[in-house]
Amino acid sequence: MFGLNSKDTKLLLVVIALTMLAPFILNPFPEGSAMAQFNGGYPDLMQRLVIFGIFAIGFNILFGLTGYLSFGHAAFLGVGSYAAIWMMKLLTMNVIPAIMISVLVAGLFSLLVGWISLRRSGIYFSILTLAFAQMSYSLAYSVLTPITGGETGLQPKINDPRILDGALAAGETPRANLFGLEMGSSYEMTFGNWVFTFNAGYYIAAVVMILAFYLSIRIFRSPFGMMLRAVKSNQQRLNYTGLNAKPYTLAAFVISGMYAGLAGGLLVAMDTQVGAERMFWTASGEVVLMTILGGAGTLIGPVLGAGFIKYMENIVSKINKTVLEQWFAFMPDGIEDFIITIVYPFVGKGWHLTLGLLFMLVVIFLPGGLVQGGQKVFGLFRRKKASDEKTDGKTTPAE
Amino acid sequence: MDAIILQILNGLDKGSAYALIALGLTLIFGTLGVVNFAHGALFMIGAFCAVTLSRLLSLSHEVAVEGEVDFLGNPMMKDVPYIYDIFGEATGAAIIDWSVPLSILFAIPVMVAIGFIMERGLIQHFYKRPHADQILVTFGLAIVLQEIIKYFYGANPIPTPAPAAFTGSFDFGAVLGFDPNTIIYPYWRLVYFAFAAIIIGAVFAFLQFTTFGMVVRAGMADRETVGLLGINIDKRFTIMFGIAAAVAGLAGVMYTPINSPNYHMGMDFLVLSFVVVVVGGMGSLPGAVLAGFLLGVLESFASMGAVLEVLPGINQIIIYLVAIVILLTRPRGLMGRKGVMEE
Repeated sequence: MFGLNSKDTKLLLVVIALTMLAPFILNPFPEGSAMAQFNGGYPDLMQRLVIFGIFAIGFNILFGLTGYLSFGHAAFLGVGSYAAIWMMKLLTMNVIPAIMISVLVAGLFSLLVGWISLRRSGIYFSILTLAFAQMSYSLAYSVLTPITGGETGLQPKINDPRILDGALAAGETPRANLFGLEMGSSYEMTFGNWVFTFNAGYYIAAVVMILAFYLSIRIFRSPFGMMLRAVKSNQQRLNYTGLNAKPYTLAAFVISGMYAGLAGGLLVAMDTQVGAERMFWTASGEVVLMTILGGAGTLIGPVLGAGFIKYMENIVSKINKTVLEQWFAFMPDGIEDFIITIVYPFVGKGWHLTLGLLFMLVVIFLPGGLVQGGQKVFGLFRRKKASDEKTDGKTTPAE
Repeated sequence: MDAIILQILNGLDKGSAYALIALGLTLIFGTLGVVNFAHGALFMIGAFCAVTLSRLLSLSHEVAVEGEVDFLGNPMMKDVPYIYDIFGEATGAAIIDWSVPLSILFAIPVMVAIGFIMERGLIQHFYKRPHADQILVTFGLAIVLQEIIKYFYGANPIPTPAPAAFTGSFDFGAVLGFDPNTIIYPYWRLVYFAFAAIIIGAVFAFLQFTTFGMVVRAGMADRETVGLLGINIDKRFTIMFGIAAAVAGLAGVMYTPINSPNYHMGMDFLVLSFVVVVVGGMGSLPGAVLAGFLLGVLESFASMGAVLEVLPGINQIIIYLVAIVILLTRPRGLMGRKGVMEE
């Protein structure tokens, strides 16, 4: 289907099902129950899940296929965001032009950065991209304040020109929309004690993510993707066969930069504000984490990684001491205090500690990320099944 | 002229910090071939060694002041550090005052121990893994170390003053024959620069003039051959990792009076130090030191008012800009060796 083989089609259908049913899947616990805080089905989080999924899918096209580790991808996300917000301020609050311009501007910027950075490889490439990203961040904070808003950032204001939009009614604030459908509008479905929220912005972002995912499958399976893999496995040998790898790596870099810009534009479409901190190098580090955690070089890995990190970030950060006390209330006092003392540093504000540990464990024990972990577990079961069959004595001779 | 000298001096203290961190980074890279993203965290831990020691020294207990009562009629209580009880009040106060320089003695064993644990416990398993994996695991470690410090010391900067003898500033203008008060430079920054120079000199002397250093240098040039000669080069490299950690830690200890330590200071320095290492040339020790001072001074020149008028914002990006230009024109950095990281 759509030029995919059956395995990839299945994968795509799984992703479509997951994203479309996310409001149900992320809200498994009834409202008001003790587990309700594990519900992730609120619009803000769901939007972030898919948007950072797009970011990670794009990063994976560069890192997963070519092996070039960029530490500056947040710069493209930031540039895309700024482009989108300016489109909203000047032209229209409709999200389509904003997203288109964000992809375009991020693509051009990544073309420039990639053209220079890709002259080097390995650690030097990482440092160059890092240098570019930090430069953009510093400039956005200082000299470019007229364009970027500096520390305050940018938001749409009432008296922005917005050439295409009609005048606002009195007291109305500009809201991001798609031909009148506001991004923030949602429909709540109540089912017994469960409340499911269907948010317009989320579904738009989800459709974009599915398209982005489909495109990445096509890239992975194309001759172009094969060439990128060749760059990763041995660039020197590729050069000796008389091929110049630079156009391919540059194309991969620009594509992943455009994905980052798309994610930046969508972030603005969902929440109409931009600050320079989203270009800081820790933000670049985060997308690396997502990709590695999920499994670099796999199709579904980055989506899983992004979803996992963003979900955990939101949920784990919300756990505080009172919640912990509720959980462990059934234990004797001494043990309860002891366990709370141990767990407390890892939750709430200590989320980054958990993240760092998780990340180290994944790099040490599971270099292939969650996908590899899943395959290992799956393989374990399969082998067991195979050995079960053997004991039946029905094995076919291997001829 | 006086403005130029002032900017050079201003650049020296930051340049010293860059040089010390970059020296450790490139030492680790040259010996073990590992790209250590947790090196900034070691710098930060060094700074918090100073904080810890000054807190330990000021641990105190309450003592009633004789003959005085507070407004409720109870005897007036006063905090007296334990150290006063041991050494007497005058010596005790002096020890507390000198807590930052004293932290050097405290930080060296701590940092060497942390370095050993890091190398033996984690990094030795990554020698054969790709550089990307090394970067990622040490990046994760840096986050963990940073968050642990944040948990115990909070997120706010902790002011840690220099000894009273070094507060105040030195008037270079008067000494060099310019108008007085044109070139004023805090004493502590002079101390920092001198300290950095001594440490750098000591590391170079250690590598150059001792048998141990000779073996390490031989190992940097050709690890396999040295191993074949029956020398346990891994053990020596582990010790070098400890030394590199100690250098970063000491840089952090002495930096506390210049900039109050906070949990993310390591990361702030790390990115710049990496740029410094790359500019100096991966694996070249003199290159790292040279580039450290050079970039420190350049940064302070770029923040001059006259320069900022022509090129606004240049002070924020000068280091990155220089790095980009250097990497594109001299791929091996200023003094890089051939064949390092050129796969």
